[in-house]
Amino acid sequence: MNAPTSGTTAQAFLARYAGLRGRLPGAETEREAAADQLRDTGLPGPRDEAWKYTSLRPLAELSFHEALTDAGDHRAAPALPYLATLDTAPRLVFVEGRYRDDLSLAPEGVSLRFFADAPYFAPRADRGAITTLNTLLAEDGVVLDVAAGVDAGTLLLINIGADLHGQPAAFHPRHAVRLAAGASLTLVDISAGSGTYLHNPVLDIDLAEDAKLAHLRLQIEADEAFHLGAVYAEIGARASYDSFTLSLGGKLVRSEIHARLTGVGGHAALNAAQVLRGKQHGDFTTVVSHDAPACASRQTVKNVLDGQSRGVFQGKIEVARAAQKTDGYQMNQALLLSPLAEIDSKPQLEIYADDVKCSHGATVGELDSEQLFYLTSRGIPRAEARAMLVHAFLSEALDLVTHDGARGLFEAALQGWWEQAA
Amino acid sequence: MLHIRNLHASIGDKPILRGIELTVPDGEVHAIMGPNGSGKSTLSYVLSGRDDYTVTAGNVSFDSVDLLAMEPEQRAQAGLFLAFQAPVELPGVGNANFLRTALNAQRRARGEPEMDAATFLKLARAEAKRLHMPDDMLKRNVNVGFSGGEKKRNEVLQMAILKPKLAILDETDSGLDIDALRIVGDGVNALRGPHFSALVITHHQRLLDHIVPDRVHVLAQGRIVRSGGPDLARVLEAQGYAQVIAEAA
Repeated sequence: MNAPTSGTTAQAFLARYAGLRGRLPGAETEREAAADQLRDTGLPGPRDEAWKYTSLRPLAELSFHEALTDAGDHRAAPALPYLATLDTAPRLVFVEGRYRDDLSLAPEGVSLRFFADAPYFAPRADRGAITTLNTLLAEDGVVLDVAAGVDAGTLLLINIGADLHGQPAAFHPRHAVRLAAGASLTLVDISAGSGTYLHNPVLDIDLAEDAKLAHLRLQIEADEAFHLGAVYAEIGARASYDSFTLSLGGKLVRSEIHARLTGVGGHAALNAAQVLRGKQHGDFTTVVSHDAPACASRQTVKNVLDGQSRGVFQGKIEVARAAQKTDGYQMNQALLLSPLAEIDSKPQLEIYADDVKCSHGATVGELDSEQLFYLTSRGIPRAEARAMLVHAFLSEALDLVTHDGARGLFEAALQGWWEQAA
Repeated sequence: MLHIRNLHASIGDKPILRGIELTVPDGEVHAIMGPNGSGKSTLSYVLSGRDDYTVTAGNVSFDSVDLLAMEPEQRAQAGLFLAFQAPVELPGVGNANFLRTALNAQRRARGEPEMDAATFLKLARAEAKRLHMPDDMLKRNVNVGFSGGEKKRNEVLQMAILKPKLAILDETDSGLDIDALRIVGDGVNALRGPHFSALVITHHQRLLDHIVPDRVHVLAQGRIVRSGGPDLARVLEAQGYAQVIAEAA
């Protein structure tokens, strides 16, 4: 058994759970199991292989607001930045993990239920610490179904965090998206906020055969915010899970995606860009499980690290014995803009089938001084030239976003990042 | 336009330029010829502000301001342009976007209004056509996948759009076939006028058949050892550098 290295924090979450018992929605079986787990092992520490590069210690310095989140705590409509290109898209807005009907625009072609009314814990193997914490304290979330053959268009899922009257808040939304056979949806998933808080979302995705989900994620949490998020996607035969994550915000961020290809001919793309500065810590961890034959997975992950920031990429590809004709690709690249920035990159391939094509690679570099000189020699100021080269570096990943509205969102967010830096 | 006085420059501890004296008046085109290693490219980099070089003595005035005190982008904004001997590839940067960003950065610095995308594209297409460049070279990433000749033409395209007061052409002829040489020559000649000067750095006389210089200077071991009219290029071509340099010594 691992010694609980962040025991204080685990105790604090357990204490909050004890205080809220009976008032959290749903039966207690799942939550009790999570509580037992947390009591036994605590939060993960540096001796846990999966958490070697990301320490949760900074969480221990916070004492979170203990009451249930009250939607009434946040009456003012928070600003939703960068949405110009998605202005009219339907949206589901959560503030502090609670659904806000007054800020949302109802989507068509999907059926909605809310976790607060009917809690749903999707059955999944191999849950990690992020899910345990979420299961313990989840109060709300959306359970979204798209019926067979329906193209539900574009839907925004917006999570906004904030502190509660100056005290750090923790919220743990539990979302689920289920696409029936042949259904399709573009989900634009935004995490933003202000103040000090912990956002601990879990999203369970089920794609039946031939379903298509484009999952376009923007993480622009507040400077002092913590984000511990996990996505679990189960991908059926010929179904496609096409995700892109742009991670710009937060003080300490870990974003996990677990994609399991369960049917023949499925496709998973887990592309991402992390752009960090100051003392930000950003961890993008993926596990792609090829359980069925003839599936393809793609990962292009770009890291731009300035200041004393630290980026982590852990990418595991598991190919089961049955998963012949697997086609896997993983590329992780880092651009260090400062001598104090750091990247930890850990690719991991576990292959039990013999007829597979799997490639991975990682590079670390700095801005090219010849390219920089070429741009400045044309009259482009140095800061602008740097921004152009960083954008060029990111474009290989950004160009994989073919949805115009989402691309506009990402470009605007990156522009905002540069303006803040200037 | 350009006055270079006693210019010394090194890379690390190694002196490359050892007292260059050169004046290029308004509206004149001067050629600099010289053997490999004589300091031709160093001169072009020092003038355009590349920071691998250290100026150890001398001064350069450009349009009556101290050129060496300026950052590379300020030199460009003041009207200096270097056509690179080996143009740099910029994967992920579209050529048209690059050109418009450069043009608007210069216009902004001069207090002029920025050019909108549509007007710019019209201008860029017209200039590209004059240089016999296919339209898609504007859409491609800067110099990525360009042939040697296309890269050089792309340099001349940038020059045509940015309209500098002083252009330094660093071996723009290398890698060009005869037709491309003529097109590039025409491109430079189209800019010639009372407010355009050029420093044409070359090994060969060929380019100077198309861009006829007002003066020719021979650079050897970091110094200008001989200057003359356009005929000097032909003398060099006939006799070789060694003899001309030996005579000058």
